[in-house]
Amino acid sequence: MKILIKDTKFLRDVQLGIENLLLHKLRSFLTALGVIFGVCSVVAMLSVGEGASKEAMDQIRKVGSNNITIESVKSREDEATTSTRTRISVYGITYKDFERIEGTFSSIRTAVPVKEVRKQGRLGGNTLELRVVGTTPAWFELVKRPVEAGRVLTESDLVKESAVAVLTEYGARRLLATRGTIGQNLSIGENNFQIVGIVKSEAGSGTDIQLPDLNVDAYIPLNVARSYYGDTVMKRSTGSEEMNRVELNKVIVQVDDLANVESTAKGMEAMLKKFHPKVDYEMSVPLAMLRQAEAQKRTTNIVLGSIAGISLLVGGIGIMNIMLASVTERTREIGIRRAIGAKKKQIITQFLIETVVLSTIGGVVGLCIGIIIPLLIELFTGMPTVITAFSIILPFFISIGIGIIFGIYPAARAAEVDPIIALRHE
Amino acid sequence: MINTQAAEDAIIKLEDAYKIYPMGSEEVRALNGVDVSFKKGSFWAIMGHSGSGKSTMMNVLGCLDRLTKGHYFLEGEDVSGLNDDSLSEFRLRHLGFIFQSFNLIPQLTVQRNIELPLYYLGWDPEQSAERAKELAKSVGLGNRLDHRPTQLSGGQMQRVAIARALANDPLILLADEPTGNLDTATGVQIIEMLRELNKQGKTIIMVTHEPDIAENAKNILIMKDGVIERIE
Repeated sequence: MKILIKDTKFLRDVQLGIENLLLHKLRSFLTALGVIFGVCSVVAMLSVGEGASKEAMDQIRKVGSNNITIESVKSREDEATTSTRTRISVYGITYKDFERIEGTFSSIRTAVPVKEVRKQGRLGGNTLELRVVGTTPAWFELVKRPVEAGRVLTESDLVKESAVAVLTEYGARRLLATRGTIGQNLSIGENNFQIVGIVKSEAGSGTDIQLPDLNVDAYIPLNVARSYYGDTVMKRSTGSEEMNRVELNKVIVQVDDLANVESTAKGMEAMLKKFHPKVDYEMSVPLAMLRQAEAQKRTTNIVLGSIAGISLLVGGIGIMNIMLASVTERTREIGIRRAIGAKKKQIITQFLIETVVLSTIGGVVGLCIGIIIPLLIELFTGMPTVITAFSIILPFFISIGIGIIFGIYPAARAAEVDPIIALRHE
Repeated sequence: MINTQAAEDAIIKLEDAYKIYPMGSEEVRALNGVDVSFKKGSFWAIMGHSGSGKSTMMNVLGCLDRLTKGHYFLEGEDVSGLNDDSLSEFRLRHLGFIFQSFNLIPQLTVQRNIELPLYYLGWDPEQSAERAKELAKSVGLGNRLDHRPTQLSGGQMQRVAIARALANDPLILLADEPTGNLDTATGVQIIEMLRELNKQGKTIIMVTHEPDIAENAKNILIMKDGVIERIE
């Protein structure tokens, strides 16, 4: 009951505060403007930051944050040798490397070997430049994509060295291979394959993080790829022919636990270094990229946060300035209230409530505008934005805090007004 | 000293009261040893030239100012040593002020102005609205509740001020030149109201420099140079 009375008294104080602010509508509005802009920029900043990090997280989730990819690349020394004559460069991850990796680390749940060849696929009269991926069934465990039709590769395909292929949805559409064409023959290069399944593929969104699959993939058993296409690939360019001998183009490894990702990556790196005198491989750890992306986000947030912080500070000082002017202007009113019997504490409360009401209203208006800004950013720049509960609650409490912090001094000044002098004040 | 009333029915009593302001190396003795007591239900006019100490006396009696030395008994309680909060509490519960320049809060309506002491007393809004309406009616402004002070004449404003001073049902009304800003006819009306309130039992202390107005009080106290010159 007592609390109830106290509450209604508080509501009444707030109502009186609002009434007082409404007496000077323009002034109150201009005063609140600082907080409006401040809160606005905080909301916008948080939602843009949140959006960027969500996009990065989504990408990493698609790649798999538990995954580590090792790719065969020509070492820098080899790359530097400019040759006009035909020569063979041997580089990259070997089958032996793959066995060693798979056999050594207990933290590795799945390891997928990948052999890539560019070949033309033909079905009936249609052709499509395919990326033929020679791999194991583990690929489909790691790169989880919905199966549209048929099945994916199996262990028995490998054992039997079956000439079977799994197409992507996009590739199938381009080759007019629909559900009914499963079981039909697809020729890849000079060889014939039986289409056994169609999977969905993620359309690449052009971000830094490369997804493992392309929409022109055709998945075939690794040993079939090896026996059909061999390990040597000829690349012709103007005036030179280049032979590259690469056993595996890629190894993707899935680690059992996020906590083991970095240690496993280090272990693999050390192991590869032992057997490869030249650095002819490249390891990418999405988790490390995530960490990096987060560090970058933190830096951006600090910069944006200080800008927002400064505008809030300026807003708060603006409020304090006006409240000090208001105290001077209302010296007589304060004197009257004190003479009637108001305690200093009550004068402080009155002015503090006014300041907090002003800054909170500014905060709410700023929030409303601040929610629109990210939507506009998304509409015009395509940059993703996310408004979280946090990005609404934080600025709201900040605006209340500003009212309290910058209201205390003017309120204390009001309480120190001497009623005798104030009543003579004209 | 002069005019020592029976202690038990004195509502106000100043004992050897000094108020000394330092002014550079000099000091100003606004009250220079005042002993006086006012009976409950009395009506006093305090007169004197400017600088005689009558305003200081009024501020001390109104618990707005503290004595440098001496004692002030209000209803038998020594308030001279009280802190700011306790003095505020005393003003809130026992005193009503009427000023020369009315001192209404301009942005508040008549009703809100009258309700002000009740607000600080923590009355609930309905009860205080009820009381404000009653008081406004009793001073003849029952139909002006929603007006702002600026929409009223001087006499009306002073009547609102009286209604406000009565809101907390005070023991003592302190009126500082209540007719100073009013024309003669209106001034007479206000004085009549004060006389009526005195008849109803309120103790009234009024500062004025107009002898005609002072005539209306039952007793007149004349100050000079911080001491009581005489009592009529």
